[in-house]
Amino acid sequence: MTALMQIAGVTKRYGGLVALNNVSLDLTSGEIIGLIGPNGAGKTTLVNVITGVQQPDEGTIAFEGRRIERMPAYQIARRGIGRTFQIVQPFPRMTVLENVAAGAMFAGGSKSVVEATDRAADCLAFVGLSAMSSMPASQLTLPGRKRLELAKGLATNPRLLLLDEVNAGLNATEIDGALELIKAIAAKGITILLIEHLMKVVMRASSRIVVLHQGALIADGLPADVIRNPQVVEAYLGAGFVDHVEGAGG
Amino acid sequence: MKQSPIALVGLGLLVLVIAVLPFSATNYVLRLTTIAFMYIALASSWNIVGGFTGYPSFATAAFFGIGAYAAGIVRTANSFSLPLSWLVGMLAAMLFSLIVGPAILRLRGHYFAVASLVLAAVLREITNAATKLTGGGMGLNLPTAGVVNVDEQTRLYYGCMLAAAVVTVGLAALIWRSKLGWAMRCIEQNEDAAIVLGVNTLATKIWGFAASAATAGLVGGIYATWIGYIDPSDAFDDLLSVKPIVMAFIGGVGTILGPVAGAIIFLVLEEFVWRNVLNFHAGILGILIVALLVFMPGGLGSLSRGFAKLRTYRRPRGPVPDVAPPAVSS
Repeated sequence: MTALMQIAGVTKRYGGLVALNNVSLDLTSGEIIGLIGPNGAGKTTLVNVITGVQQPDEGTIAFEGRRIERMPAYQIARRGIGRTFQIVQPFPRMTVLENVAAGAMFAGGSKSVVEATDRAADCLAFVGLSAMSSMPASQLTLPGRKRLELAKGLATNPRLLLLDEVNAGLNATEIDGALELIKAIAAKGITILLIEHLMKVVMRASSRIVVLHQGALIADGLPADVIRNPQVVEAYLGAGFVDHVEGAGG
Repeated sequence: MKQSPIALVGLGLLVLVIAVLPFSATNYVLRLTTIAFMYIALASSWNIVGGFTGYPSFATAAFFGIGAYAAGIVRTANSFSLPLSWLVGMLAAMLFSLIVGPAILRLRGHYFAVASLVLAAVLREITNAATKLTGGGMGLNLPTAGVVNVDEQTRLYYGCMLAAAVVTVGLAALIWRSKLGWAMRCIEQNEDAAIVLGVNTLATKIWGFAASAATAGLVGGIYATWIGYIDPSDAFDDLLSVKPIVMAFIGGVGTILGPVAGAIIFLVLEEFVWRNVLNFHAGILGILIVALLVFMPGGLGSLSRGFAKLRTYRRPRGPVPDVAPPAVSS
């Protein structure tokens, strides 16, 4: 168990608004970390800061021992941090296969188009989209697009994958499928930071949960402990959540 | 990239005509064809930025003008040979793009369009002011090519402009097939997703911009030596930015042969329609642009869709279509 990523004292301000307030967090290799918090808590800002889309005002982020907080986003992607978007972002006029192959080509370090296409086909098989590989990405259904996002993320050959609400908009059956997939990705040795609103998914998938509230980290621990944390109950879950979960046998 | 058989037959015919023309055609036809080559080169040059990466560049006039003036100045003041002058024109335009590109290519959409549009206007004013170097508003007279015979000169520039067109279209095809071209398509379709997949978007755009600049600059240089006289309002004419876009739209943006076909069709329109309606030709250009965007946004390839749209426009005269069809019973 070694620290894959060390986030230390990261602060991000938008004018007077403090989106991230002195956030420190270590991600350990092989974990599935659930990141929860109410709307506007700073979850997506944290993802943007980690992936280099935005630069923190203060603090450092180290990935595999190297500082990355000032690196351009495309270099961070090449270094092994993949992400999926909350709102799916396909290349609409490329086929599903080409979409994924682009990830293998540019961030995944494939030497040739053939190699990139092979890797892409593997990733599509893994997420169960092989049958759609020659379809234009714009024709996929929402669950299909979510899977495409996962396949694209995987094709970049990440050691850390940030999943920003991959389950939003899916029905119960589809969520079960997505959950299986997330666990299978983790079983490949990829560390996952799971940003999620659905507590059912977070509780079932995560080995550890961190809670953001108004830009600050208010809890970090095992799922069973975090949902009993009074601050978390106050800020996000609401009274009665524990009873609800345990009453349901969770 | 797959080519339709129609495109291949068209290409074959084109090659045949181009090869036969210098031996049979009048100087008027040859000059017209030389302009066609120039348009093909400019439309393909624009297409590398505007089509492949989807950045609406209005910088073609700036690149063309810089190429024309750089070539013109070294040819007049330093008596450079023709090929060397063109090379200077090409490199000057490319250097310019590498200086302004990193700044304006961070802008997106309309902001980029306006920033690129301003380039030609600024350069026009600078050229006007730098009287010693450029001749200012009086323009710049270039020495002749050394061949006195009009027939020979016409054929020389026919060949040179043809070469420029082939180089530009060839470069566009090369880029399209390369990793750079793939990165450009990613940017065109979704720039944010491209970044996350590890595409160095700024560098990709800068290289596309530079390729566009180099080819437009080369064409500008050849144009200057061919016509023998350039002035700021002619070399940095905004129409030089607009026309290539219209041509690419006619033929199909973001394809290799689309801008080629579009340039030829545009020239035919320009020559035979506009010359006969001199006092309304700008109006016709405007009408053409609107018609293009409405009926064939994908260029010639989407013409059938355009006709379908025309039919729907006509439909209200017939039976009202939006009544629910009767339930089928058999």
